Amino acid sequence: MTSDAYRESAPEPAIVAKGLIKRFGDVTAVAGIDLIVPRGMIFAILGPNGAGKTTLMRMLATLTVPDGGAATVMGHDLTAAPDAVRSAIAMTGQFASLDEDLTGRENLILIARLWGFKGRAARERGDELLAAFDLSDAATKQVKDYSGGMRRRLDIAASLIVTPGVLFLDEPTTGLDPKARQGVWRMIRGLADSGVTILLTTQYLEEADQLASRIAVIDHGRKIAEGTSRELKAATGSGFLHVALADPGHLDRAAAVLEEQLQSSVQRSAEGATLSIIAKSPEAANAALATLIADGIALADFSMGQPTLDEVFFALTGERTTTDMPEREAAE
Amino acid sequence: MSDRPMNDLPDTAGLRHVARPPKPSAFSNALVFGWRAVLKFKHVPEQLFDLVMTPIMFTLLFTFVFGGALAGSTGDYLQFFLPGILVQTVMFNSVYSGMGLSTDLGKGLFDRFRSLPIWPLAPFAGLMVGDILRHLIAATIILTIGLILGYRPETGILGVLGAFALLVAIGFGMGWIFMVLGLLIRTPTTVMTMGFTFLFPLVFASNIMVDPATMPGWLRSFVDVNPVSLMTTAIRGLMNGGGSFADVGLALIAPALVTAILAPVTLMLYRRR
Repeated sequence: MTSDAYRESAPEPAIVAKGLIKRFGDVTAVAGIDLIVPRGMIFAILGPNGAGKTTLMRMLATLTVPDGGAATVMGHDLTAAPDAVRSAIAMTGQFASLDEDLTGRENLILIARLWGFKGRAARERGDELLAAFDLSDAATKQVKDYSGGMRRRLDIAASLIVTPGVLFLDEPTTGLDPKARQGVWRMIRGLADSGVTILLTTQYLEEADQLASRIAVIDHGRKIAEGTSRELKAATGSGFLHVALADPGHLDRAAAVLEEQLQSSVQRSAEGATLSIIAKSPEAANAALATLIADGIALADFSMGQPTLDEVFFALTGERTTTDMPEREAAE
Repeated sequence: MSDRPMNDLPDTAGLRHVARPPKPSAFSNALVFGWRAVLKFKHVPEQLFDLVMTPIMFTLLFTFVFGGALAGSTGDYLQFFLPGILVQTVMFNSVYSGMGLSTDLGKGLFDRFRSLPIWPLAPFAGLMVGDILRHLIAATIILTIGLILGYRPETGILGVLGAFALLVAIGFGMGWIFMVLGLLIRTPTTVMTMGFTFLFPLVFASNIMVDPATMPGWLRSFVDVNPVSLMTTAIRGLMNGGGSFADVGLALIAPALVTAILAPVTLMLYRRR
């Protein structure tokens, strides 16, 4: 019941994946992804819907058999020793993996008994986790009466009956209100502090930025970038120039001028007459603004800022994560 | 631990590292899933209502509306019909368990089970335990109603126990058909439609409701080899007398074949998902 066994294991990475491939009929969901996740880290897989995040995670959690490539999880080979992998991991899927008809307590006892805890030990472990996740008061309520945040907490608690080497969290906060999201974030940080390696998928840039030490950006089944959040931002350039026009009618002309001056592609905001573009230096931004004004394009406002992860994502994929952009070919 | 003050946000500082206990046996895994099935009875008792209403309606309808015309008197008909309605009940109830599986698979629950290092067939063994309990409960209720209406098992308690044991074996075997349907079909209502479409000809073109003597020859040749007829003949023999080991053996052919073929298919489909 101590962490010794866990700490003494070899310091190889928690996950090493090489060229993982998964096809569903004609669709290649994951098209050859390499991944190294060091132990004890929160690692985020960031990408839009349908990028292949969930498929990648399901392969690493032994739920889907890869069509190509290889991987080890906590030192165990995914295809040769899936049961050993299962002993070392836990997964909380996108849809609550709970029995709605049972109470929260019964759900935890069920999983504890499947792991091999006997009667009383199983009940004690369940109660311990209910307390740690602030669910003691709801212990004897059926899960179908739980709120979204409570379900998520119970779901994650069920993944921690036996402390996993790697915890997979598939979109842990999708559909939660801001308060519940903060709660789940705090829980994830606490788990990482206690030494659990966490691999999570998310389509929220903020979530990856807030939680993860490293981020892999995935799009169309491929990894298109990886690094710390700072590295990803730095790769995009020194900063973004944001320009708001006084007259929306000048949008096309202004975009053409900026693109020519700064040798980069402009992102248009649909709501206002605003344009954003990567500027390699403040001087270059200054020169571009001067050209706009010389052309008689009146500005309502302009600013220079560090790129947000959202902008980084756009620069990498040509897609906004939060809004649908009609022209997605831009970056490819 | 429970008197810790409630916070706005969960506090995971109290979480300690817990190593896994010794690996439990496959049998113990299956028992845990059986326990889940029992909990379901506790929390969703209305499922029993679905299970017994149809057979009760059938029993009353056939006995009092058709019984006199079919067998001369309602009492004689009940004596003929009751063992058969038990077979029909087990068949129909198996469809509901396939629906339940399809519903479960649509949620994330089975992903959790599959990512645990347990005996892969344990969840199905657990479903079977639940099914068998359902069959026994439904059969007991129907037999009780039969007894109230005047049904008398001529072979006594041993005959009834034997009949129930055979019903459990039938339910176990036929259950695999609906497990496979539940695994293949994503919408529970489609499982139900397909299940009943498959079962209706089997159940009605059998000797459950009427003596096949008056049926046309081509139909009779089907009814005679229909597994449902063979099961009904055996159950009837066990409860009303005149049964033989040969009858029981014939009744068990279909369940045994189905188990031998579909249990591995179930495992394959489950792993492939």
